[in-house]
Amino acid sequence: MQVYADNAATTRMSQVAVDAMMPYFTNVYGNPSSLHSAGQEAKEALEDARARVAKCLGCEPREIYFTSGGSEADNQAIISAARFGARKGKKHIISTAFEHHAVLHTLNKLEKEGFEVTLLDVSQGHNITAQQVREAIRPDTCLVTTMYANNEIGSVLPIAEIGAVCKAAGVPFHTDAVQAVGHIHIDVKAQNIDMLSLSAHKFHGPKGVGALYCRRGLPLTNVIEGGAQERGKRAGTENLPGIMGMVAALEDAVAHLDENMARVTALRDKLIAGLSQVPHSALNGDPVNRLPGNVSFCFEGIEGESLLLLLDMKGVQASSGSACTSGSLDPSHVLLAIGRVHDVAHGSLRLSLSEYNTEEEVDHILEVVPQVVSYLRNISPVWRDLQTGKRTYIL
Amino acid sequence: MALYSEKVMDHFTNPRNVGVIENASGVGEVGNAKCGDIMKIYLQIENEIIVDVKFETFGYGSAIASSSMATEMIKGKSIHEAMALTNKAVAEALDGLPAHKLHCSVLAEEAIKNALKDYFDKNNIPYDHEQFKETDHDDLHAQVHGE
Repeated sequence: MQVYADNAATTRMSQVAVDAMMPYFTNVYGNPSSLHSAGQEAKEALEDARARVAKCLGCEPREIYFTSGGSEADNQAIISAARFGARKGKKHIISTAFEHHAVLHTLNKLEKEGFEVTLLDVSQGHNITAQQVREAIRPDTCLVTTMYANNEIGSVLPIAEIGAVCKAAGVPFHTDAVQAVGHIHIDVKAQNIDMLSLSAHKFHGPKGVGALYCRRGLPLTNVIEGGAQERGKRAGTENLPGIMGMVAALEDAVAHLDENMARVTALRDKLIAGLSQVPHSALNGDPVNRLPGNVSFCFEGIEGESLLLLLDMKGVQASSGSACTSGSLDPSHVLLAIGRVHDVAHGSLRLSLSEYNTEEEVDHILEVVPQVVSYLRNISPVWRDLQTGKRTYIL
Repeated sequence: MALYSEKVMDHFTNPRNVGVIENASGVGEVGNAKCGDIMKIYLQIENEIIVDVKFETFGYGSAIASSSMATEMIKGKSIHEAMALTNKAVAEALDGLPAHKLHCSVLAEEAIKNALKDYFDKNNIPYDHEQFKETDHDDLHAQVHGE
């Protein structure tokens, strides 16, 4: 049995999304910027797609900017708010310690330019509170940027409450919603979100396409200069097949949101319950406010890469926040930020489910994960030391 | 393309010489949990011959495979031959390791040397201290991963 349980990394495209793209490769292939009828036909499709994305998010079509994906949208949102703030002498940004690197690295760049960044602590409950945001806001704060849901540990942040706090303080609020869009209910107006990033391939759409929602009145700064596409805010001929695939996938996800959430949450909870039986393990992330498909565990005494490779051989494709899966010395900054020490953070496993996963697959995962964990523990000197009392259990 | 050679996968999934030797002639442990790999080697030495060797490893697939291969390469050999084992020889015997996993073969060489040093110390056998210079593993790890 082959089980794909890495849907937070990327998803299989839905058939509706594939079908929606096909006409735009060979039939409607005009450049939306061209004046002729082929170009205008493409332009119509593009604007129709924009309106449909806007409807899914609860905003106006002119507030949607198509991008190459979530990272570009994050970069543009943060840089835009920073430039806008700097013009008014505001150079303080609030974010969280467990953001995606698309956000953290952009913030690092701004710090080098003289911005001050406050990263909110996420070690309490593996989440943040709106109160933390309220307390961190200063007169010179030009942006609050928090992810909607964490990609590694699945915590869903209190976005509507953070939005209300930001609105009351008059601070723009951006959310990296790459893991949330298409998986949980989002309404940017009701939640007082000023900017939102999304990526199509996380909800069964194509790779290489995403969008930035930016509330009217907030000025965007170009990250890519050139032509006048996207109302002059994002140059480059539009990826029309990708955009059409994205909107089809998004509408499909939104239309089936409640049923998918119920189904995937049930699978997730079965996995969490089963894996919790493994001794000296711990669930990572908010146990209550959690993405429907996210299961993240640390297993003491073993290392994540060997765990992933053995699981792959047994047909389970998963992910880890272990060191060196990312090519760096430390285990994932997310696991460290929630307070997992190195020894434990190295033994992490993320299983991320989608509506394509089945109960049989979950049963298969529950059969093989404890086997592999136990196999690796039996050859681990760390585990022997734990068992013989030379080391103290952390979990 | 696979991350590892078939040989690495073979030694990772069917590791040779896993376990512990009670009252071993020499025991060597290298690495630390912060780096994410720890290797422990147990040697049973009789008349300067390694009659048995066991290992335990916490770490990457390549670390487990390197320990397994290294133990195979010194089993039945003299302590002098074991002293001469290099990380390069271990990596070559595994049909190569990815550049950022080469430190796993370094760990294997050092774990064996540490175990031999332990044996020399226990038996008051004089040796050249220059042969047992230990690498700073945080530093090594950072070097190969380009921190």
